[in-house]
Amino acid sequence: MNLTLLILLPLLTAVVILLMRNAEQVKWTALIGSTLQFVLAFVLLFAFRNERAGGNEAQMLFELQYNWFPAWHISFHLGVDGISVAMVLLTAFVVIAGVLVSWNVTKMTKEFYFLLILLSLGAYGFFISLDLFILFFFLEIAVIPKYLLIGIWGSGKKEYAANKLALMLMGGSALVLVGLLGVYFGGPEKTFDLLTLSRGHIPVQVQKICFPLLFVGFGVFTALFPFHTWVPDGHSSAPTAGSMFLAGISMKLGGYGCLRVATYIMPDEAKEYATIIIVLSTIAILYGAFATMMQKDLKYINAYSSVSHCGFVLLGIGMLTKTAMTGAVMQMVSHGLMTALFFAVIGMIYERTHTRQVNEMGGLMKVMPFITTVLFIVGLCSLGLPGLSGFVAEMTVFIGSWQHPDPFHRIATIAACISIVVTAVYILRAIGQTAMGPIKEGYNNLSDAKWNEKLAAVILIAGIIAIGVAPFWLNDLISPAAEIIMHKVAGK
Amino acid sequence: MMEPGLYHLLFISAALFFIGVYGFFTRRNLITMLMSVELVLNSVNLNFIAFNKYLWPNKLDGLFFSIFVIAIAAAEAAVAIAIIINLYRSHHSIDVENAEEMKF
Amino acid sequence: MNDFLQIPMLQVLPFGKDIGWALLLIPLLPLAGFLLLGLFGRKHIKNSSGIIGTSLLLVSTVLSLYTAYGYFFEYGKVNGVYQKLIPLQYTWLQFSPGLSIDMGIILDPISVMMLVVVSFISLMVHIYSLAYMKGEDRFPTYYAFLGLFTFSMLGLVMASNIFQMYIFWELVGISSFLLIGYYYDRPSAVAACKKAFIVTRFADLGFLIGILILSFYAGTLDFNTLIQRLTSSSAPEFQTAVASSFLGVSALTWALVLVFIGGAGKSAMFPLHVWLPDAMEGPTPVSALIHAATMVVAGVFLVARLFPVFSMSPPALQVVSYVGVISALFAAVIACTQTDIKRVLAYSTISQIGFMMFSLGVSGSGGENGLGFTASMFHLFTHAMFKALLFLGAGAVIHFIHSNEMKDMGGLRKYLPITHITFLIACLAISGVPPFAGFFSKEEILLAAYHHNAIIYWIALITSGLTAFYMFRLYFSIFWNKEAPSPLERAGGEVHGEGGFAMMMPLVLLAVGAAVAGFIPFGNFVSSDGKLLESAFHLQFSIAPVALGLAGIFAAMWLYKKQNNKPDAIAASLNGFYKAAYHKFYMDELYLFITKKILFNLIGRPAAWFDKNVVDGMVNMTGNTTQAISEKIKGFQSGKVQQYAIYFLAGVIGLAVLFIYIWK
Repeated sequence: MNLTLLILLPLLTAVVILLMRNAEQVKWTALIGSTLQFVLAFVLLFAFRNERAGGNEAQMLFELQYNWFPAWHISFHLGVDGISVAMVLLTAFVVIAGVLVSWNVTKMTKEFYFLLILLSLGAYGFFISLDLFILFFFLEIAVIPKYLLIGIWGSGKKEYAANKLALMLMGGSALVLVGLLGVYFGGPEKTFDLLTLSRGHIPVQVQKICFPLLFVGFGVFTALFPFHTWVPDGHSSAPTAGSMFLAGISMKLGGYGCLRVATYIMPDEAKEYATIIIVLSTIAILYGAFATMMQKDLKYINAYSSVSHCGFVLLGIGMLTKTAMTGAVMQMVSHGLMTALFFAVIGMIYERTHTRQVNEMGGLMKVMPFITTVLFIVGLCSLGLPGLSGFVAEMTVFIGSWQHPDPFHRIATIAACISIVVTAVYILRAIGQTAMGPIKEGYNNLSDAKWNEKLAAVILIAGIIAIGVAPFWLNDLISPAAEIIMHKVAGK
Repeated sequence: MMEPGLYHLLFISAALFFIGVYGFFTRRNLITMLMSVELVLNSVNLNFIAFNKYLWPNKLDGLFFSIFVIAIAAAEAAVAIAIIINLYRSHHSIDVENAEEMKF
Repeated sequence: MNDFLQIPMLQVLPFGKDIGWALLLIPLLPLAGFLLLGLFGRKHIKNSSGIIGTSLLLVSTVLSLYTAYGYFFEYGKVNGVYQKLIPLQYTWLQFSPGLSIDMGIILDPISVMMLVVVSFISLMVHIYSLAYMKGEDRFPTYYAFLGLFTFSMLGLVMASNIFQMYIFWELVGISSFLLIGYYYDRPSAVAACKKAFIVTRFADLGFLIGILILSFYAGTLDFNTLIQRLTSSSAPEFQTAVASSFLGVSALTWALVLVFIGGAGKSAMFPLHVWLPDAMEGPTPVSALIHAATMVVAGVFLVARLFPVFSMSPPALQVVSYVGVISALFAAVIACTQTDIKRVLAYSTISQIGFMMFSLGVSGSGGENGLGFTASMFHLFTHAMFKALLFLGAGAVIHFIHSNEMKDMGGLRKYLPITHITFLIACLAISGVPPFAGFFSKEEILLAAYHHNAIIYWIALITSGLTAFYMFRLYFSIFWNKEAPSPLERAGGEVHGEGGFAMMMPLVLLAVGAAVAGFIPFGNFVSSDGKLLESAFHLQFSIAPVALGLAGIFAAMWLYKKQNNKPDAIAASLNGFYKAAYHKFYMDELYLFITKKILFNLIGRPAAWFDKNVVDGMVNMTGNTTQAISEKIKGFQSGKVQQYAIYFLAGVIGLAVLFIYIWK
């Protein structure tokens, strides 16, 4: 399997979209393109499993390396391990669903879809690149379209939100860039190559400076407390697909970066800073959950709950055990699917009721059974119902976190556990007020979901249930890769 | 009469330069400002030639460079006058104080 | 595609009869019903959905009975001891070697007993609902949810792994949520379902942390291994679990108490009982199934499942027994004052589960000491029969009269003869009148308590008297008391009888069960160590409880058989106490205070405020500062070319000075 396909396909789709004449053609091109991505992601999954089943024990599979800028030892180096495959799959799911729910975008359709596909290009590139410079390059590709998506197609305080998001994410990537340069110049050899860096040993003084830079830089993407405030504003102003991509993919770029770049190549300082990471992520988990309780706008509810859920990702990374790390990646995948679905369903409700305030809604189950059923499923996934993906991921993080027998880790784990109750409170409150109760005036003639919305929801729910009912396949994918990272951390 | 030496030339060139700078800072008329810029350029030319003649008499680098400067000054004059004409069309004046839209 | 779709480690243990497939079908058939009706019920098979759900469950029930027969009489016993069999197990999620969530089936006396109870009661409720829920708009959805619940509950009782149990534990919680909220357009139902889920979720937090602690010390999540490692005092796991302590209490006790909190939440033990009375907002058959017979006893089942470990920690057992007995008394007192018939039954459920709990608490492990364990399971079994019967009977009454309030009822024995008789049998059973089922099980519980702890025995004795009183208060208020107004006078003029065969058949079957289940020699089948336990019957011991029970019945008869003002007079004379009991001792208000005032106003609101003003304020401040600075220095960009030129010149001169004089 040639990994460049994963980059070329979105690129080709984006170019073809630009050549299309009308909105209808653009939409179908985007849909075909994203379907091909979807298929490709599964081809990758099966090819990967085949290789592994065939006894290929290499850390990275399907490696490709082209010289890009030989003078500075920058090469176009691609390769995947289980974690990357999981993230690529997640991206494919979110992209196809995002394309489907945007079917009604009428304003500048061509540009809209172009930016969506461009964003997916950045995400794929990010997840499969093994050269830090290329990785950064793709990270930036994934950031810029978001500014436009929110600024042009957003709602509410969209300019403010777009600026805030772009500036905070750019700030994060600036930290990442500085950190990467630090690693480049301070490392044993001048290289951006991830594998080479991981084999060598970066001096501790360099790590001391670069680890926080990289971790915080990537952390901004994944809503590390206290750099999370772009999340609520950005999500709530973005168009539906924008929110889905933002929460489903962009926030995962950060988690992946924290794990793959910061923790993997600088394990010594990862251990040193683990305490701070755990404290911050525990705060994010609880504080995000409590802040969610007070929100009245559905998008704000999901945005704050994303802060809380992404806290589990960072907690899992900070705990530095194999199980917790596996859980962190599972939580990334699970949260990506779940939150994309949540935003999709909020978008569907908003399109019909023209409000996102929970207290203005009520009894929607009567008129839109499909949409409210999806809302129930995604809400239950969010509060960690077994059989859906959220449960598996959170429990894996808990079990992994509990392996440390000292009081500090215990308290952090218990605090994180408390969030499952708070989550239940706010999710049930939101669902109870929107879907249940007597139906409000004027909502009696609303229609249920259309084919594109149904298809998008079904795709994402299929992913959620596939993980929730049969987590072993995801576990088999992720945990060997997590083990390699843990080996490095353990100094073996 | 004394043969003019390097210092004389440098003195003239410096004087020309500062006259040009002074003109550039004080005049409000764009044409005169352009002329002041020409003075500055010519003072530089003079420097090039003087240094060439007195320090490296066997080389021609200074002369070449001043020819370049003259050519560029001509081009610059053409562009600048074109800009000035356009400015006059839009502002009905070539007073530099009137053309200050390009600010914060 | 290689091994992608293969279930890892499908391990079928060989034993006597090959019933692996049948066991798997028992929970999977209701699940199939859920999926089938949930996906296609609304559009395609709306009218036949009830029949489909019921017939799937019928197969399941038959298989359960078959399994129970096979287990108890054919292959379960080896050398006189009932074995724990694990016919099916596969690794669902592997964390590390030895630590994995397995999905498996365990067969031992309690799980097999529960299998029978759950599938049988569920079947009764399915049949009953065919008539009771007929014509409901969301009829298929109702059956789908019932299927989901039955699946989860069966999965729970057969769980071979503590985490598997937790998974199904959550699933029964959500099915209960969905069914309580079945009438989703009633605000009270919405509030009740949320409350039920959140309170039990809060308790589940304890369960989860308990699991984490247990799994850490035992190094496994598998029930059998866990019990083995934590019960033999020579095992290193047990020694570390006892030796490490927190706040002076050993880790083992902490873990067990936390697990018990989970059980107490699900079983509505004081003070986590507040959700159960409100849960009566659900359709009445649901209350019979979930909130009387099966789900609410999950907590008892959990403690019973981990009983060998509990018995290693006397403090944890004491917590269990005191919580149990306090709940029993507390709920019984409240039940005497309630006027909504379903709420009376709900409090009576809490009280009876309290009996089961403290019976476990006073039990020892093995031999004669294990009487409490057997008694508890026996009571669970009989209670499931008569309490489901009471609820279904109450359902028939409500169906007839369209009200839950006692004051709207009276003299119904004329119109509902079958309901009347079956209800009476259930009341006699719960009151412990011989020879009905409740007598035998309650007797054993009291005997176990008598041998173990005098305080608990006396409280339990008083409670059993109260039980008889409030049950017959209910009985007389519904079926005697004032003369019933003619059905024709009722609003709407709609008259229906008792609800036909589908509603009466379950009542009669359950009544038979409630009448004769007591004669089952329960100790032969279920005991704490799997060995035979001879339950001795002491006539002289039974005198006190039976006498108290009869006294309660006569008191209720005297007060409620005819309409009079004696109850009001007594209520007035007990003024403050009565009022407090009527208001359920203000537990709801307390909870409301905790959630509204503390959770929302003291934590949630400040958190949201902090986020909006401090954290976000910092971000905005960065932006605003940048803006303010640029506002200050923007004058440099004046648009005046000559000014720029001066800056430029100054810059050049400055650089020249720098290079010539300073950096040389």
